[in-house]
Amino acid sequence: MTTHLATEQNGRRGGRSARNPVGRAGYVFVSGYVLFLLAFGVLPTCYAVWLALSNSRNQLVGIGNFTRTFTDYRFGPAFLHIGLYLVIWLASLMILVVLLSLMLHGRMRRASTTLRFLFYLPGALAGVASVLLFLILLDPAASPVGWLLKGFGWNTLAQVNAPGHLPVLFTVIAFWTGAGGWIVVMYGALNSIPDEILEAARIDGASTLQIALRIQIPMITKWIAYMLILAFAAGTQLFVEPQLVSLASWGMIPDSWSPNQLSYQYAFQAGDFNGAAALSVDLLILGLACAALVVFRTGLFDRDER
Amino acid sequence: MNSDVPVTSRRQVRRVAGTALGAVSLLALAACGSADPAAAGAPSSPATFKPVKQEEGSQITVWADAARVPGVQAYQKAHPDVKIKIVTYSGDANGANDLQTKVQLFDRAGSGWPDVAFSANVNDGSWTAQGKTPFAAPVDKGLIPQSTLSGFANGALNPCKFNGTTYCLRNDLAQNVLWYNKKLLDKFGYSVPTTWEEYEALGNRVAKEHPGYLVGTAGDAWSPEVYFWASQCPASATTGAKKVTVNLQDAKCTRMAKLLDSLIAKGSVSKDTVFSAGFIKNQASKVLMLPGPSWYGQVLFNSTFKIPKGQIAAASPLKFEGDAKNYTGNVGGGLWFVSSHSKNLKAASDLVTWMTTSNAYQATAGTYPAYKQAAVAWLAGQKETGYFAEDVAPVFQQAAELIWPGWSATQYSQEAIYSSTVVPALNSGKPLIDTLGTWQTAITDKAKSLGYTVN
Repeated sequence: MTTHLATEQNGRRGGRSARNPVGRAGYVFVSGYVLFLLAFGVLPTCYAVWLALSNSRNQLVGIGNFTRTFTDYRFGPAFLHIGLYLVIWLASLMILVVLLSLMLHGRMRRASTTLRFLFYLPGALAGVASVLLFLILLDPAASPVGWLLKGFGWNTLAQVNAPGHLPVLFTVIAFWTGAGGWIVVMYGALNSIPDEILEAARIDGASTLQIALRIQIPMITKWIAYMLILAFAAGTQLFVEPQLVSLASWGMIPDSWSPNQLSYQYAFQAGDFNGAAALSVDLLILGLACAALVVFRTGLFDRDER
Repeated sequence: MNSDVPVTSRRQVRRVAGTALGAVSLLALAACGSADPAAAGAPSSPATFKPVKQEEGSQITVWADAARVPGVQAYQKAHPDVKIKIVTYSGDANGANDLQTKVQLFDRAGSGWPDVAFSANVNDGSWTAQGKTPFAAPVDKGLIPQSTLSGFANGALNPCKFNGTTYCLRNDLAQNVLWYNKKLLDKFGYSVPTTWEEYEALGNRVAKEHPGYLVGTAGDAWSPEVYFWASQCPASATTGAKKVTVNLQDAKCTRMAKLLDSLIAKGSVSKDTVFSAGFIKNQASKVLMLPGPSWYGQVLFNSTFKIPKGQIAAASPLKFEGDAKNYTGNVGGGLWFVSSHSKNLKAASDLVTWMTTSNAYQATAGTYPAYKQAAVAWLAGQKETGYFAEDVAPVFQQAAELIWPGWSATQYSQEAIYSSTVVPALNSGKPLIDTLGTWQTAITDKAKSLGYTVN
């Protein structure tokens, strides 16, 4: 009987795609995206991989560009900076976004619409504009929160931008500009949990904390994993923040603070596009490895069994 | 082993990892060329310049910053027969490297170069003159007459010269002088110092007698050019094509570091930069003296600090008592390039010549012209403004001829290295003298990364 039903369903699905135009419409809908993905995603990536494996005379050099850039005196510090930033940024993003979403979804439902809008608002600004806003906020002489900065003992922009402060400063900027959007997504994910389950848990005597830890967070794990993958990828690509803060502080931040900046220096100061591509491919591999790890650990792409 | 991971997934991971490892091994074996860009790239000395096919009367594209665009428009008005397309860009000011970025891309694409480009970054002369096909055309090989080239101030074209060839024209000079507030100096009963030793002694007195008042700043990006260049410190002396000497432990470097450390400790030299909002708000009115470039007069004291008319004056650059002559550094000074790819070299060269030498434009420009005749007209204009407490002309003209030739334009920026290496250390309380080693390493590493041989 089961076999019969399955065969029938499969036949119906196959029949729909062959005869029904609704099936073909799907391909039409995705075709535009696929074309742009090929033109601006896949082909440039392939070109970058080729550049990373060759030299300026188009000769194959194997992993030569990778070993060369790996031994560059700026490679270690750049990846260390970004590593430190990622640890702080991802930890604060995961904890605060989930916490704020749970609070909005639980105890603050009345005010949640207004608060979600307020949280989202900074993210609606263009990234560069948000960074520019922070350039003013971080200068004790011009900032409306200058008293707070001075409270930390920072009286000049140079003291605020001290090398040790940068990972935290960039985390604050990134959180301000990006976390609001994720709070909205997480709130939507929490909404997808059936009320009956939460109600049943409450009847069984579960506390708010127990409901959050044992029901809500496990049920939105895939969303959290999705956020982790995208935030990791975006974090490794850090470029605008150090570049603009460096300009505003008259060059106090090294021009190769992040790997992406180092790649830019390779390409546009040294004219070494092959080395720049190797660094970009390093970041691609890092991003893919993180994504693969998260996908396999969380079963992000597993289909729900029905 | 994690039992949560499906067996098929683990197999897939192992398969992918195995394939990747195999591919990497194959690639390592398959390598047939050198990954070293110096071996694969362009030679350091360019081939003989061969103009592209010229098209008389064709449109020229001019890239200039907002400050220079009115000048180009004035040229366009005076020469209506020349077709010009003006593109406004950053002019590579404040550490931007837009021109190099774009030229690198145009080099790869094989088209798109502007016919004329202005750059506010005096170091741009180094990269534009190098490579297989340098972006800049040599201007002394028939494009611009020798009589015009010899009209520039002594040493003004040094940042444009490579392997004995001149690749650009200098727009303006940024020679340093000793700026001072005459009104304050008279009020306090001090006289203008003539040596660095007298400057230090006065700085010590100011710290004691008028705490809060300043005689200088060491947190500016261009502090190396103001203090260390004037002290003849061999921080960056090119000795050949892509060869540079870096020696910050030289006595001529350490003497200046010790002098600044002493005044920083006493509080009469600030660790801030003159353009920071905090400095402008709290310290601008307390600047008693400030060694700095000629453009400080109108740009800093007048427009930024808003110091009233009749207070600011300029004195000759300082010298150390043991030195025979006083020298100055150079903080900027724009360059005009004619592109080697231009199809109308004649029009491009004419425009560049007019922009740098004509009184019609240079006499009213914001900064001190590099062309001597235009500088005379410009200085007359400065006198007419009545802003300065004394005529700055004699001092400016003297300083224009005193730029120490030992410090050369390089592909890397001394300003950026000082800012990212020394300024944070100063702000963390470290003395300048203790940062010389780190600073030297930073210059050496950067120079080597760009293909320089460092001695």
